[in-house]
Amino acid sequence: MGLSAAAPLWGPPGLLLTIALHPALSLRPAKASAPPHRDYCVLGAGPAGLQMAYFLQRAGRDYAVFERAPEPGSFFTRYPRHRKLISINKRYTGKVNAEFNLRHDWNSLLSHDPRLLFRHYSRAYFPDAGDMVRYLRDFADRLRLHVLYNTTIAHVTLDKDPRAWNGHYFILTDQKGQAYRCSVLLVATGLSVPNQVDFPGSEYAEGYESVSMDPMDFVGQNVLILGRGNSAFETAENIFDVTNFIHMLSRSRVRLSWATHYVGDLRAINNGLLDTYQLKSLDGLLESDLTNLALVKDREGRFHVTLKYLLEETNQTADAITLPQDDNDNFAMRDAYDRVIRCLGWNFDFSIFNKSLRLSSGGEFSKKYPLVKASYESKGSRGLFVLGTASHSVDYRKSAGGFIHGFRYTVRAVHRLLEHRHHGVPWPSTEHPITQLTSSIVRRVNEASGLYQMFTVLADVVLLKEGATAFEYLEEFPMQMLAQLETITGRSAKHGLFVINMEYGRNFSGPDKDVFFYDRSVGHIEDAWQSNFLHPVIYYYRHLPTEQEVRFRPADWPLPRPTAIHHIVEDFLTDWTAPVGHILPLRRFLENCLDTDLRSFYAESCFLFALTRQKQPPFCQQGYLRMQGLVGNERLRQHGVESGLLRDYAAVGKHRKDSTRQPRDREPTGRPRAPEPPAQAFNHDKEEL
Amino acid sequence: MMSSSFSACRVGFSFVMMNIFYKSVGDSLPELSPQKYFNTLQPGKASLAYFCQANSPSPSIFLEELNEAVKPLQNYGISVAKVNCVKEETSRYCGKEKDLMKAYLFRGNVLLREFPTDTLFDVNAIVAHVLFALLFNEVKYITTLEDLQNMENALKGKADIAFSYVRAVGTPEHRAVMEAAFVYGTTYQFVLTTEIALLESIGFQNFAAFWFSFFAYTEVAEDPQQVSTVHLQLGLPLVFIVSQQATYEADRRTAEWVAWRLLGKAGVLLLMRDSLAVDIPQHTNVIFKREERVPVEFLVLHDIDLIVSHVENNMHIEEIQEGEDEDHDMEDPDIDIQDDEVAETVHRDRKRQLPLELTVELTEETFNATVMASDSIVLFYAGWQAVSMAFLQSYIDVAIKLKDTPTMLLTRVNCADWSGVCTKHNVTEFPVVKMYKEGGNPVSYAGMLGTEDLLKFIQLNRISCPVNITSVQEAEEYLSGELYQDLLSYSRGPVLGLFSPTMTTAKEDFTEAGNYLRGCVITGIYSEEDVLILSNKYAATLPALLLARHKGGKIESIPLANTHAEDIVQIIKNAFLETFPEITVENLPTYLRLQKPLLILFSDGSIIPQYKKAILTLVKEKHLDSLTPCWLNLKNTPVGRGILQAYFDTLPPLPLLVVVNLHSGGQVFAFPSDQAISEQNLLLWLKKLEAGLESHITILPAQEWKPPLPAYDFLSMMEAAASRHSARKGPEYMKETGVQESDEEQHEDKSAIRKELTETLRIKHWNRSNWFKEAEKSSRHDKEL
Repeated sequence: MGLSAAAPLWGPPGLLLTIALHPALSLRPAKASAPPHRDYCVLGAGPAGLQMAYFLQRAGRDYAVFERAPEPGSFFTRYPRHRKLISINKRYTGKVNAEFNLRHDWNSLLSHDPRLLFRHYSRAYFPDAGDMVRYLRDFADRLRLHVLYNTTIAHVTLDKDPRAWNGHYFILTDQKGQAYRCSVLLVATGLSVPNQVDFPGSEYAEGYESVSMDPMDFVGQNVLILGRGNSAFETAENIFDVTNFIHMLSRSRVRLSWATHYVGDLRAINNGLLDTYQLKSLDGLLESDLTNLALVKDREGRFHVTLKYLLEETNQTADAITLPQDDNDNFAMRDAYDRVIRCLGWNFDFSIFNKSLRLSSGGEFSKKYPLVKASYESKGSRGLFVLGTASHSVDYRKSAGGFIHGFRYTVRAVHRLLEHRHHGVPWPSTEHPITQLTSSIVRRVNEASGLYQMFTVLADVVLLKEGATAFEYLEEFPMQMLAQLETITGRSAKHGLFVINMEYGRNFSGPDKDVFFYDRSVGHIEDAWQSNFLHPVIYYYRHLPTEQEVRFRPADWPLPRPTAIHHIVEDFLTDWTAPVGHILPLRRFLENCLDTDLRSFYAESCFLFALTRQKQPPFCQQGYLRMQGLVGNERLRQHGVESGLLRDYAAVGKHRKDSTRQPRDREPTGRPRAPEPPAQAFNHDKEEL
Repeated sequence: MMSSSFSACRVGFSFVMMNIFYKSVGDSLPELSPQKYFNTLQPGKASLAYFCQANSPSPSIFLEELNEAVKPLQNYGISVAKVNCVKEETSRYCGKEKDLMKAYLFRGNVLLREFPTDTLFDVNAIVAHVLFALLFNEVKYITTLEDLQNMENALKGKADIAFSYVRAVGTPEHRAVMEAAFVYGTTYQFVLTTEIALLESIGFQNFAAFWFSFFAYTEVAEDPQQVSTVHLQLGLPLVFIVSQQATYEADRRTAEWVAWRLLGKAGVLLLMRDSLAVDIPQHTNVIFKREERVPVEFLVLHDIDLIVSHVENNMHIEEIQEGEDEDHDMEDPDIDIQDDEVAETVHRDRKRQLPLELTVELTEETFNATVMASDSIVLFYAGWQAVSMAFLQSYIDVAIKLKDTPTMLLTRVNCADWSGVCTKHNVTEFPVVKMYKEGGNPVSYAGMLGTEDLLKFIQLNRISCPVNITSVQEAEEYLSGELYQDLLSYSRGPVLGLFSPTMTTAKEDFTEAGNYLRGCVITGIYSEEDVLILSNKYAATLPALLLARHKGGKIESIPLANTHAEDIVQIIKNAFLETFPEITVENLPTYLRLQKPLLILFSDGSIIPQYKKAILTLVKEKHLDSLTPCWLNLKNTPVGRGILQAYFDTLPPLPLLVVVNLHSGGQVFAFPSDQAISEQNLLLWLKKLEAGLESHITILPAQEWKPPLPAYDFLSMMEAAASRHSARKGPEYMKETGVQESDEEQHEDKSAIRKELTETLRIKHWNRSNWFKEAEKSSRHDKEL
């Protein structure tokens, strides 16, 4: 593979088109040989790049993916070093709903081809990284995605041009000096630069990326590991049965993913060392800022931990160096180490982007990521989007946007945004009569994977039509962009909206939280707002919130203060279809927001209403009066009479002066009838006669 | 001066009967606390209250008498109560000393008079004194002849004087006079004296005996708008029975009965139309006056029950609402109780095993292969969605009915499982039924979600639509119903389109229309060379449409030149609308689309032929063009009783004719039940109706459909919790802000954390195996509440 293979992709059609569209080009000598053009250029053929390629391809867009390696997913050919992916591959859920099952499939990309599900590639719950490579290769091949392999984009610059979609083109230059011109740049290069911390002696540390994986190399050694993420623990896990001890040093306390509900934190599968530490087996965890540290090598080649400022005081040879234990003879790290291993994660590679792109790193907590808006578009240059792991600044330590099972959905959101921005295709939506509102929401909260994985990042939006007789349902919108919803989606939000989100309980998740406390689970409907586990939360706004309102929302709130809010009580089985526990309270919430009655009625009830009231409930209007009433059968009618919700009219005539109570109960504003048995009511009437 | 003694005696007899009757009902004296009592007082209504010390031995004889007086006073709209003065609640009406308890008479919450208990020595005294106090203006008490002469002079030419003598106030005679004054107070100026000398001086001897009996109603001959009686002052409405010379005797009887029925609820007057200066609508027989200065209502009510129920309904509104409010306070309606009839009935039926095996369950894998391989009906439903589960039952019922007749493959997809399949087939709402036939585009079923209509749809889809008819003979068989005889029971039709072979566009339009109507109308198409044979025979100009409304009936032709498919659909649909249909749950929407008021004949069983004939004649003579005439058979459509109840409150005798103006105003008019349903009467009535001379019996409520119950307000719960949280965080700040508050806050503060914990204890645990603990906790919680 090489340029020859790529040539057909970059062949004349694109060139001709460009020239045909811009005959003026020849008037600009500097651009006489305009580089080949693509509407969309994707950097990187990892999971995110391929996922975007898939959507572009399905939409019939002009795009290409640039990949420096000869095959997709090159990160996975080397990492994780110990080859075990910690993204779960749950093949059995007891359900056949494909969308639901994606909630427990953290490795598959989205496609229409059921063969491209990861469960066909591995039987392991924590699969081998090699299977991921194989999967990605198949994904690219089967779907015939346009990927230029062995093409290393070495430099990206901006070329201002008022005719360009975004006022500028992105000019990509590869290792051979070949340039490509792109209207939209989609950066899916992941995090590829090992994170290094600079301190005296840091050169003695071996990197995770190159350290030996053979445990025999560590027999009888004292090992110091810098870092406390999954790579650090994964490394420790590999060797801790042959070392004398392992000390792990990092700035912050250990964060357990089952306590934080963040999959990037330490997973139980890697936490063997925590077990041995807490069971007094010589291994241990220490907290200190690495930048204050210094490593000193002694004559035997062993490493001593000291502090930077001690080193600065005296500039002496190794033997004479002041060590912390000189003053504090019980200093924890006074033993010499045979090896020091650095496992500090990765950073985004900013180096290829020209300054004019103004692609800067995020804030203090996410400096390893480029800074992007909640729409994944760079704050620095319009038309540049960051996808995949590199886009995790949006939900770092919160949701799953840095991982396949999360970013496969955010990539789709970006694609939908682009479809509207550049091709006039509004955000996909379905329109329904208002009577379907409860069902639409129930359906999504029970099966949608995007909502479930990307909780508090992507949310479904219900846009009400005038008079609230109908609504549009939009899926998986980046909720922080709510204020810009109309521009992004091309849909109108003039008449109020609902936002359907999934949330953990406030104050439930955190590194120091006991998530197993007694009474952690909520069962009563009226306590639903205190639910701790992931559960659906529905926000109602009479008006689309403004940017200001979104930005200055109350702390801990994913969205501005709504007009009303509803929590569907958490469910142990994540099955929110209980008629009274889940659906009824949801209906009441929707009814009260919309100030209408959303109950369903049998045709007979609608018939009665049609002849005894001037206004009809929405269900009768949209069903019965259009000759699509729900007839029901005798069995159901019987249940209705027993429940007191239906009347046995055949029996009415036998008791002349029947209670006037019943018809009143059916009034729209009336409350449900008192469940008194009808027989009793009739007896009462007899007495009156 | 007064009526003959004969009628007086008879009425007197009735009076006694009524007393017996009411005693048996046994209304007892309500006992209330002062606060509660004052809350019950209604503006304009009179009330007698006896205030007594709760712990003191009551003067039991007085209470017995007071108890006796409850009912008679209630007949005048006066309520009676015993008010217990308890320590916690003192009232200025509660005397300081035990023996100084008094009874008080209020109008609204204005004190009119106080009575020492000894003046109210028995039931007659109570009634007499209370009425005497209330009728202060109507009954003047005099002691001298001079007083009487002054009165006579003042009233000369204005009103007659009814002079009465009683031995003493509080006697049965006094009561009788007061009760008479209550009724006649507006007609005569009553004068009362206890001075026998005065009586002797004007020459009467045995006066009181005459007064002992009286009419329950009054006759008047003045503008009802101007009439005012004690009733109105007491907050009771007036009912005028409109009478004329010819019907006077009957009307008097009516008035009497109405008066008895409405005793204590309304005043009844007999209004003489003949001697009346003002105009009242010609057919009005009852006039209802709710309050002073409120326009009177002119009504046509044909029996006493209707009059009574009209009055009761009109005055009950307040009371019922009050009752409801009380209920609200006492027990909040439980918002956790299902009030959706479909959801509830489906839920109650959840344990029933449906014979689902009669239909084929499709999956992602089998869907396409199945619907391609055989003509199939597919029901898309969701297991958790009540409406679609209710319909699934009907669907299975269809499968049971079709078990032995192979027609189409009945299949179903549960979209809760196979949501991908459903989305792919554009199904995002439930339930949806589609028919996949001959590999063509699926047809969505748009009929009623019930067994019958779906069955019809399936049966009719056995033939193509429209059917291609190939010979004149076949066409005749088709029109006569011999062809497709088995299907005709399911359908309307047959409809035959006639085209000459060259009319391609017209044929296309007709085919499209036929396709659209598939499943409800059988359509056929004939366009052979010899089509003229048919068009000549049925006098049709090509292109045309022939249709037979009923089997073997006359065949009509409708020209179709330049008619688009949608219009053809409409033409066919309209052609099958009946002129006087039996209205049913299934067909009402079709007729409502006409947007005309409905003329409904309610019938308990089949319709009486002569009524039908009368209405059909009027239809034929085009008198009913502005209405949709129809009839309702309560045997087939029992819910009709619910409708009648909404119109009449009590079920009236049937048959019964009403006009319901559903689309503008919601008025319901009832054809007079004492008139025969004949063409002439009906026509006359409709004319009057049109002229606005008839009054409605009711107006259908026009309320919007609001949320039946409130929802949990999680937003305020969250915000309350948040503010509690922040309050706990900054106690210093709290101290600074307000002394009173911070005291409370601090008290709450300490317990707040514990309270929050116990609050979360209300949470039910999935892993809680100890049910005793759970029960114990919840009962403890109940006590806390």
